[in-house]
Amino acid sequence: MRTESKIRDFDWPLMVPVIGLCAIGVFQIWSATRGGNLDGLQWKQLEWIAIGLVGMLVLSRIDYHAVLEQAPVLYLISLGLLILVKLLGETKFGAKRWLNLGFIHLQVSELAKLIIIVVLARYLSELRTERLTLADLMKVGVLTGLPTLLILLQPDLGTALVIVALVGAGLFLAGLEWKHAVAMFVLAALLLPAAWHVLKPYQKQRLTAFFRPEETSQTSGYQTQQSKIAVGSGGIRGKGFGQGSQNQLGFVPVRWADFILAGLAEEQGFVGVLVVMLLYLSLLLRLVGTAQLAGDRAGMFLVMGVAAVIGVHVLVNTAMVIGYMPVTGIPLPLMSHGGSSILFVFLALGLVMNVRLRRFVN
Amino acid sequence: MSDWQGRDSKLPQGRLTACSYAVVAIVCLLLFGFWKLQVLDSEYFAQLAERNRIRSIPVIAPRGRMLDREGRVLVDNYPSFSVLLLREDAPLLEQHLPEIAEGLGLEPDDLRQQIDAARGLPRFNPIVVKPEATPGDIAFIESHRADLPLLELLMVHRRKYPSEGFMAHAIGYVGEVNEKQIEASGGKLRPGDIAGKFGLEKQYNDTLMGEDGMRRVIVNSLGKEVGRLEQKEAVPGHPIHLTIDYDLQQIAESSLGPQQGAAVVLDPRNGEVLAMASHPAFDPKDFAVRVSKEQWQQLNEDEAHPLMNRAIQAQLAPGSTFKVVMATAMLESKAVPEDFSVTCYGAEDFYGRQFKCHIFGKGTHGHVDLHDALVKSCDIFFYNLGKRLGIDRISFYATQLGLGKKTGIDLPGEQEGLVPSEAWKERVYKQKWFPGETISVAIGQGAITSTPLQLAHTIGGVAMGGQFHRPHLLLGAKDTDEPSFPISEATTEKVSQGMFGVVNEAGGTAHLVHLDGVEFCGKTGSAQVISNEGKARAGHVSGKQLVDNAWFVGFAPRRNPEIVVAVLVEHGVHGATAAAPVARDIIKAYYDKKSHQENKAYTVEMQHYEMDGAQTPQAVAAMVQAAPEPAKKDKE
Repeated sequence: MRTESKIRDFDWPLMVPVIGLCAIGVFQIWSATRGGNLDGLQWKQLEWIAIGLVGMLVLSRIDYHAVLEQAPVLYLISLGLLILVKLLGETKFGAKRWLNLGFIHLQVSELAKLIIIVVLARYLSELRTERLTLADLMKVGVLTGLPTLLILLQPDLGTALVIVALVGAGLFLAGLEWKHAVAMFVLAALLLPAAWHVLKPYQKQRLTAFFRPEETSQTSGYQTQQSKIAVGSGGIRGKGFGQGSQNQLGFVPVRWADFILAGLAEEQGFVGVLVVMLLYLSLLLRLVGTAQLAGDRAGMFLVMGVAAVIGVHVLVNTAMVIGYMPVTGIPLPLMSHGGSSILFVFLALGLVMNVRLRRFVN
Repeated sequence: MSDWQGRDSKLPQGRLTACSYAVVAIVCLLLFGFWKLQVLDSEYFAQLAERNRIRSIPVIAPRGRMLDREGRVLVDNYPSFSVLLLREDAPLLEQHLPEIAEGLGLEPDDLRQQIDAARGLPRFNPIVVKPEATPGDIAFIESHRADLPLLELLMVHRRKYPSEGFMAHAIGYVGEVNEKQIEASGGKLRPGDIAGKFGLEKQYNDTLMGEDGMRRVIVNSLGKEVGRLEQKEAVPGHPIHLTIDYDLQQIAESSLGPQQGAAVVLDPRNGEVLAMASHPAFDPKDFAVRVSKEQWQQLNEDEAHPLMNRAIQAQLAPGSTFKVVMATAMLESKAVPEDFSVTCYGAEDFYGRQFKCHIFGKGTHGHVDLHDALVKSCDIFFYNLGKRLGIDRISFYATQLGLGKKTGIDLPGEQEGLVPSEAWKERVYKQKWFPGETISVAIGQGAITSTPLQLAHTIGGVAMGGQFHRPHLLLGAKDTDEPSFPISEATTEKVSQGMFGVVNEAGGTAHLVHLDGVEFCGKTGSAQVISNEGKARAGHVSGKQLVDNAWFVGFAPRRNPEIVVAVLVEHGVHGATAAAPVARDIIKAYYDKKSHQENKAYTVEMQHYEMDGAQTPQAVAAMVQAAPEPAKKDKE
C-alpha cells in the first residue's frame, strides 16, 4: 500500500544540516578557488547539489522495498561497472576510478558504496536472526568482499576501508557476537603486516608519512603538516573569508575537495569548525533516530548503512585534516567538491527519507 | 511478498543507541583535536603559517664609488642579476635539475654540488647558483616562469673597475666574504656578502659597504612571489675621495708600460699619494664575480707575481738611491768633516776584499767630494764614508728617515723592508757583524731592503728638511703628521743640490732626463739582485732573474718640493735609462698640468674681479678673508 507523501511529511530536521553543510561547502569552495584556474568551481558544485536534491526526491518516492527487491540485479551491475572501470576507466592521480559517461565522470566506487548498502541491508534482514553464526559471517564476507577487492585493485584504499567499516556496522546491528568480533579484530591485526606488501608505493609513503612525518616532509607528510598549520593558524575566530594564507596561497593541498575542512578551519577558526561538526552531529543523530523508527529491519539497515558511510567519511576526512590519520583521499560528505560524492550522499539520503516516510506503513 | 519483508523481528534498539553514543564520542574527539590545534597551539601554527608565506629577499646596497682628487670616477658600479635557485620543493628541483643546468649553461654535477653545499641552510633561503646572469640566462628564466618556478633573478650591483689593470693594486678587489671575515665583523657580515678583499676595497670596506635592505614578499606554495609587504631600503655605501690624480696615475701606468716594477708619487708636503702603479697588474674584474680555482692558481703561481703590489710589498736593495740617506747621515752626524773627499781609482780594498766602483773598467772618478759623489754616484766615496760612519750610525739615520719600518699607508699588506744593524744580526743570525758588510750597505746593497713607497717617503722627508707625513690615499685623512726628524737647512740644501746635479749637471748619472724649466732633483740606483759570488754559484738560473734592478727617486722643485717620485724597474739594469724616464714623465706631466691650471685659474680670477659688483655679500666677505696680505695693508 502506498501513501501519498506530503511536503510536510518531508524530513525537514534532516534537511537543515544537509543544506547548511552544502552551503558552507559552496562558500568554502568559492574561497579556495577564487582567482585561480579553478575559479567558479562553486557553481559546478551548486549544479551537483541541485541534481542531487532532485535525485533524492525521486528516490524518496520509490518504495525502498522495491529498491531492495532489485538488490541482486544492482549487485551484478556494480560488479560489472567495477570490472568495466578496471578495463576502460580513466586514470587520474595514478588510480583508475572514473568512468566517462558523457555527462559525468562517474566515480564508480561511490555508486558501488550505495549498492553495497542496499545489498547488505537486504542480506542482513533476510537472515531473520538476532545472532549471527560463523557461516553467516562468511557469507557476508564473500558477498561484500568481492566488490571491495575490485575497489582495492583500482586502487582506492579509502573507499575499501569505508566499506569494511560499513559491513562492520551492519554486522554489529545484525547481532554480531562479541567473540566473533574479537576474533575478527585479531585476524585483522595478524593480516595487517601481510597487507603492507600489497600496498602501492604511494600508499606506503602515505602511511610512512603518517607514522614518521619528519622523514617525508616534502610529500605526504608535507600535506599533513600544511593542513595542520592551516588549521592551527586559524585560531578561535579564523582569519576571515578568503583571508587564509595557507588556503589562498596553495599550501593546503586540494583545498576545494579533500582538505576543504583545513581551509575552513583556517578562515573561520574553531567557531566555524564547531558549527560544521555540530551540523554533522545532528545529521548523524537524525539518521540513527530515523533508523530507530524504521518500519522494519531492512529499513533500519538501509539507514544505518547510510549513517555508517557518512559517519566514517566524516571521521576519516576530519582526522586526516588534523593529522590523526594518514592521507587517504576520502572526501568530506556534502562539503567537498565532487559530483559523484554529492550525488551519492543525496541518493543515500533519498533512501533514508524513503524509510522515514514509510515508517508507519506495512 | 518476499520472505525478507515483514515486521516479525524487532529492531536492535540497544545497539542503535550505542551507535548514537559512538557518534557523539567521535565528534567530541574530533573537536578536541581541533581545540588542541586551534586554541592551545594556535600561536605556534600561526608562526609556521607566517614563515610559509613570507620570504625575505635581500636588497643589495651599492658599494660606494671611488673618486680621484678631482672627483673623477675611478671605481663605479653596474647593475647585474644573480640567478637564485629556490629549494623549497625538493622533488620538483630534483626533477628539473638537468633542465636548469642546461638552461643556465652549468655543469649538472657542478649545480648539484652547489645544492649539496647549501644543504645546511634553511630551505626557504634561496641560493645563488649563477652570480652573473647573461642575457640568455635572463631570457631562459623569464620564458620558463610558469613551468620552472624554481629560478628567480636578484638585482645586485657589481664593481666596475678601470680596464687593463689600471691602478689595480691600490684599488684592490672585492669578493664573497670568507668565514674569518664573518667572524671578525661581529655579525655585520653574513655568508654571501660581498666585501673588499685587497687594496683600498679592503682598507675602507666599512665606509664603502652599504647596508643591505630587505624586501619581504608573500610567496605561494611554489615559492613564487605573489605580493609585497613592507620594504627596508638599502643604505648605499659612502664614496671615498682619493688623493690619486687620475692624470698622473695614467702617466705612471703608461710610462711604466710592460716593465715589471712600480711607481709611487707623493706630495711630500702632506703625504698624499698622487699615483701608485705596480706592474704586471691583474684585472680586478676577474674577482668581481667569483674567481675560478684555475685562475687563482695561475695568478698565484705566475713568476711575475701579478697579485703583489710592488709599490708597498717589493722589498729590494735600494742600491745607490740609499746614498741620499748616507749623505744626510754624514752631514747631520758630523762624524765626518763636511769637506770629506776621496780619490776614486775604480776599486779599493776594504778588510782584505776588493770593492769595485760602478765605473770600474771604464775609468775612474778621480778626486770626489760629497757633491761629486752624489752626482756621479761614486761608490768608492760611499764605501769610505760607510767605513767612517759605521753600521750603527747608518742604521740610526736610515731608521729615523723612515726605512726599515712601515710608513703606515692606508693599504693592507705593507711590508717594512730591513735596515741591518749589529743588534739585528746578533738577534736574527746569532752572528757578529762583519765590518765588510757595512761597506756593502753604504751603497744600498747587502742586507738592506726597502719598498718603493718607503724610498719616496724617505726622500720626500729629506727634501722637506726632516718633515714627514704618513702616505695616504684617502683625501682629507687626519693625523698624517709624523714626528719630524729635523735636518738642518744646510744639510737639506747640500743633499738636494747634489740630487739636482744628478739630473742637471753634465756629468750627472741622470742627465738624460733633465727637464727645461723644472728644478728636477733625483738619484739613480742599480741594485744587484744577487752578489757577484752568488751569481757565479747560481749559474744555471735564467739570466733575466739575475739582472740588476733599476731605481730612481726624484722630487721637484729643489726647494719646498711639491712632488716626490720613486720608480722601480725590476731587472731594468740602469736606473738612469730604465727608471728615470718614468719619473721624468710623471714630473713633466705634473708641471704641464700645473701651468695649464694656473693659466686657467688666472683667467678665472680676472673674471672674478670683473664681476665684483655682482657678488653676494657672503661671497664678498669670503673673498676678503681669502685675500692675500696686501689687502690687510690697505686697511692699515
